Amino acid sequence: MPRIGVFVCHCGVNIAATVDVERVRDELAKHPGVAYSVDYRYMCSDPGQNIIKEAIKEHRLTGVVVAACSPSMHEVTFRSACASAGLNPYLCEMANIREHCSWVHQDREEATKKAIELIRMVVERVKRNEELFPIHIDVTKRALVIGGGIAGIQAALDIADAGYEVVLVEREPSIGGHMAQLSETFPTLDCSQCILTPKMVQVRQHPRIKLLTYSVVEEVSGYVGNFVVTIRKKARSVREDLCTGCGICTQRCPARRDGIPSEFERGLATRPAIYIPFPQAVPNVPVIDREHCRYFLTGRCRVCEQVCPAKAIDYEQQDELITENVGAIVVATGYELISPSIYGEYGGGRFKDVIDGLQFERLLSASGPTGGRLVRPSDGKEVKVVAFIACVGSRDRAKGIPYCSKICCMYIAKHALLFKHRVHDGEAYVFYMDIRAGGKGYDEFVRRAIEEEGACYIRGRVSRIYESNGKLIVCGMDTLSGKLVEVEADLVVLATAMRPSDGFDELARKLRLTYDEHGFFSEAHPKLRPVETNTAGVFLAGACQAPKDIPESVAQASAAAAKVLSLFGMPRIEREPTIAEVNEMTCTGCFDCERVCPYNAIERKEIKDRRGNIIKVVASVNPGLCEGCGACAGTCRNKSITLKGFNDEQVFAQLVSASV
Amino acid sequence: MSVSDVVRLTDAKLKEFVTEVERLSGQKVSQCYQCGKCSAGCPMAFAMDIDPARIMRLIQLGQREDVLRSRTIWICAACQTCTTRCPQEVEIAHVMDVLRSMALKAGYTEAEREITEALSQFVENIERRGRVFEPELAIRLNIALGRPFKDFGKGIKLFMRGKLPMLPERVRGLKELRGIWEMVRKLELSEGERHGGEGTKHS
Amino acid sequence: MEAKAQSTADAHPEDAERKLEFAYYPGCSLSGTAVEYGISTKALCNHLGIKLEEIPDWICCGATPAHAIRTLFPLALGARNLALAAKLDKPLLTVCAACFNRLKWTAYELKHNREAREKISQLPGLLDGQTVERLYELQILHLLTVLRELYGIERLSERVRYPLKGLRVACYYGCLLVRPPKVMQFDDPENPRVMDELISAVGAEVVDWAFKTECCGASLALSRSDLVAERVHRILSDAKSRGANIICVACPLCHVNLDVYQIDANAKFGYEHDMPIAYFTQLIGIALGIPAQELGLEKHMVDPMKVLKNALAQKQT
Repeated sequence: MPRIGVFVCHCGVNIAATVDVERVRDELAKHPGVAYSVDYRYMCSDPGQNIIKEAIKEHRLTGVVVAACSPSMHEVTFRSACASAGLNPYLCEMANIREHCSWVHQDREEATKKAIELIRMVVERVKRNEELFPIHIDVTKRALVIGGGIAGIQAALDIADAGYEVVLVEREPSIGGHMAQLSETFPTLDCSQCILTPKMVQVRQHPRIKLLTYSVVEEVSGYVGNFVVTIRKKARSVREDLCTGCGICTQRCPARRDGIPSEFERGLATRPAIYIPFPQAVPNVPVIDREHCRYFLTGRCRVCEQVCPAKAIDYEQQDELITENVGAIVVATGYELISPSIYGEYGGGRFKDVIDGLQFERLLSASGPTGGRLVRPSDGKEVKVVAFIACVGSRDRAKGIPYCSKICCMYIAKHALLFKHRVHDGEAYVFYMDIRAGGKGYDEFVRRAIEEEGACYIRGRVSRIYESNGKLIVCGMDTLSGKLVEVEADLVVLATAMRPSDGFDELARKLRLTYDEHGFFSEAHPKLRPVETNTAGVFLAGACQAPKDIPESVAQASAAAAKVLSLFGMPRIEREPTIAEVNEMTCTGCFDCERVCPYNAIERKEIKDRRGNIIKVVASVNPGLCEGCGACAGTCRNKSITLKGFNDEQVFAQLVSASV
Repeated sequence: MSVSDVVRLTDAKLKEFVTEVERLSGQKVSQCYQCGKCSAGCPMAFAMDIDPARIMRLIQLGQREDVLRSRTIWICAACQTCTTRCPQEVEIAHVMDVLRSMALKAGYTEAEREITEALSQFVENIERRGRVFEPELAIRLNIALGRPFKDFGKGIKLFMRGKLPMLPERVRGLKELRGIWEMVRKLELSEGERHGGEGTKHS
Repeated sequence: MEAKAQSTADAHPEDAERKLEFAYYPGCSLSGTAVEYGISTKALCNHLGIKLEEIPDWICCGATPAHAIRTLFPLALGARNLALAAKLDKPLLTVCAACFNRLKWTAYELKHNREAREKISQLPGLLDGQTVERLYELQILHLLTVLRELYGIERLSERVRYPLKGLRVACYYGCLLVRPPKVMQFDDPENPRVMDELISAVGAEVVDWAFKTECCGASLALSRSDLVAERVHRILSDAKSRGANIICVACPLCHVNLDVYQIDANAKFGYEHDMPIAYFTQLIGIALGIPAQELGLEKHMVDPMKVLKNALAQKQT
């Protein structure tokens, strides 16, 4: 005999102003199977919850219906309350008489009648609920971090420092990401390499971090706590165990005169075919770029092999496939800048002296292609007048990039400031639309650039840039004064928009992640769950989720690490039991369910007879992957899959009650 | 600045002007965030009294008189550079078209009388002749503007080179066309008085 | 100049097999101030076997003045012309940049704007029996596109008899050929190259310069020639500073402003530009061996003959 308790919440005036809660309570008391019906002002409060707990004991309730707000608000609250009173939490359901009733209707009579009906429906359902128990899953307490920029480095260090093993995969030959390319960082003007390299070395030396550089993630299978990852360690053609990092090979490689553009120097300099991207690279082991190496192209050369004192060159080296078992994954794949080719009005990439922010960083860098001298890429002449253009791509609906890239206002101020430091008689002009300087010390930093360093800020977008007499003519507008302005510059730096790194779509497919229309990976909830994704066990850190600067990337990386650690902190993971279940007797093995499952949670299971012959292959739900969406249950032709907590009996009881 | 220069933002007439411009142009004026790129690239901005970005701002603020009495809308050469480069996809050149016809309807023709007259005469020439008869246009314009001998030297040279025809070209069906042009004028006038509606939205 | 021009035609690959026949829309100025453009166009097309059937009773496209001060009238003008062209059942070809712009704009408006279609349908007799759909399905081409893509650059350079040696040409596109890009879909709006490629193909040296698509002042010539003088001066100065000795155009109004009003620019700035302005049809015509008299070259204000003499003095190759 069912003994259901009904608890009607006023929610202050949110429900009670529209719905006659006392009448609702009284009507439900009369409903068959309801043993107790009560109302209260705030059911979710401590006293409210106590009412439920006491009622369970006093009235020996077999089920609880809380008529209140949406389950997405407080289902967990009320289920916990029931559990602590000794009632299986899955025997507790909510009837939404707020979002579905009092908040969307104005007629008191109609709303009250609807509330009564809604609650009756849930009562009928709850009568058919069964006790369910959380599913426990083992966790492999190792983590994978994809991406070795500052975010990936920070996440790896945090997890490893907590005592767990981390595999850090980076596709470039060295970790460090874009931060390694910067000259100084805002707002402190710390030398970027100086603050980054200690962390890079820490990663290298950490006993629990397995560093795989020049490597990519090939495939990921499994589920939270139990991922199986295949990593392709691309062939460097150099033996990491033998190489001493002396660098002689890079100095003697004849291809250094072949004009191979250096990726690290953003095309401002060339590199040899066997190269270390930058002096502080971790690991300090070179890589042979087989697409430009003379030996691989023509079969002749092998100079590096001859000069290597450690005999570390190995032309026969193959890619290696490494399998790692991990329990959690942190995605920290970072960003790239858009190409200026879409801006024909700024030269479309044709003008050598129109460069982007990262290229300017290389010019500023003491270890850069010009040794920190500010000279023009075209003719090497000194730069006296530089124009910085903000919002090149960002906030440009016409170019398809409506968002703000967040970091540019700050790094432009930094660039202007650093330029003035280096070139005392230089002139810096900044063409901006708005100044976004919301961080700690940020606005003060921008004011310093303007007030102390004398950078000239012009509010208005530049219409076009053209070359004339060896100078770049920048045609702009100062909207504040209403004056048209023109600058004859030696160098123009475009603050091009940030976009996610190449390969985001492939990685999303492998990890079952979603991304927005621009390719930034989607967080589970923009406000309250910024580092989780909709795939359990996969977390995000850094600019791959949205444009952000270094402090935010570091903070997000530590947040992601914290999530990983909370996953590892428990002996096993608990998952919600409201998942699908296959009736192996009736399943015909058509696998329509497999085709519709968005989480790849359907597996194939062989059913054998006593002699070991396979009678049939049926569907089987992986409890670690199933998220309980119910697509399979709806698709199954002969109703062989049920969704626990949402079986036909429950759902139809609810529907039938409504139609009566 | 006098007291009357202060804009009373709650004045309903301000919003009426915005609505009217939006309806006739099919453009959402609030999209403009005054980046100034249009003005920076406008080839005629050097001669304007109010640059294009500021015109858009004044429209947003409902400043009908400032906008429709400006010289800017006539100096605009309709080169479409602004529309091409606007990051917010506002068709500024089209807004200028709309502002000109609004100015004419309101009778504001004195800001750049020569330009207004030239444009009007050109259109009248089309209506009357079907194809523009350049010599007639030039002469009538010069007389209307009280400068009968402007570019006379050029005219002689052009004539000597056979670039000024003596007679207009004949177009068959011109009478019927003139009837249609009457209808067009009537439709244009009635549209100007219509209130509400969606304007020229693209479907 | 390494990068190629972007496609200037809507993708109609089957056109390459078709004979080159077009419904020709000359535009008003080709019988007046741009008479040499019309002459050289006819001569060039004749020479290349491109057949032009002039659309009977075409009317003015409205150019800039119509859309500048009227709302429905410019659409009606465009629609009328498209309807007359559609009757000939051939793609429409024009050489005037303004006409090209207005006709394409009309087709675009009719295609995308329901209210525009309704308004035009309300005007009895305007479309002369054609449906509105027929109007915006009509292919509208500029001769530049036809030469580059339908006739073909290789084929064109094979027919060159007098490569234009000694010519350093600044190709001037002006505004209306390329803007607004959504409507015109004609080459790169910031750095178009179709004319450069054609002029290059006939042996001239093409100069890279910064004022390819900068406005000349357009129809303001009639009323405010002082402003046009300002713009013309800037355009001519940049071309000269790059070493150009002739400017090549594809628009009658640009030609008038740069050629006829060059003396205004000279007077205002106290500088003799002495820069001849030629139509691309004339330059290509010369290179293909068409006599100068048949191209109207004597009709310009600034004499182009001295610059062209080198090319013309060559023996047949």
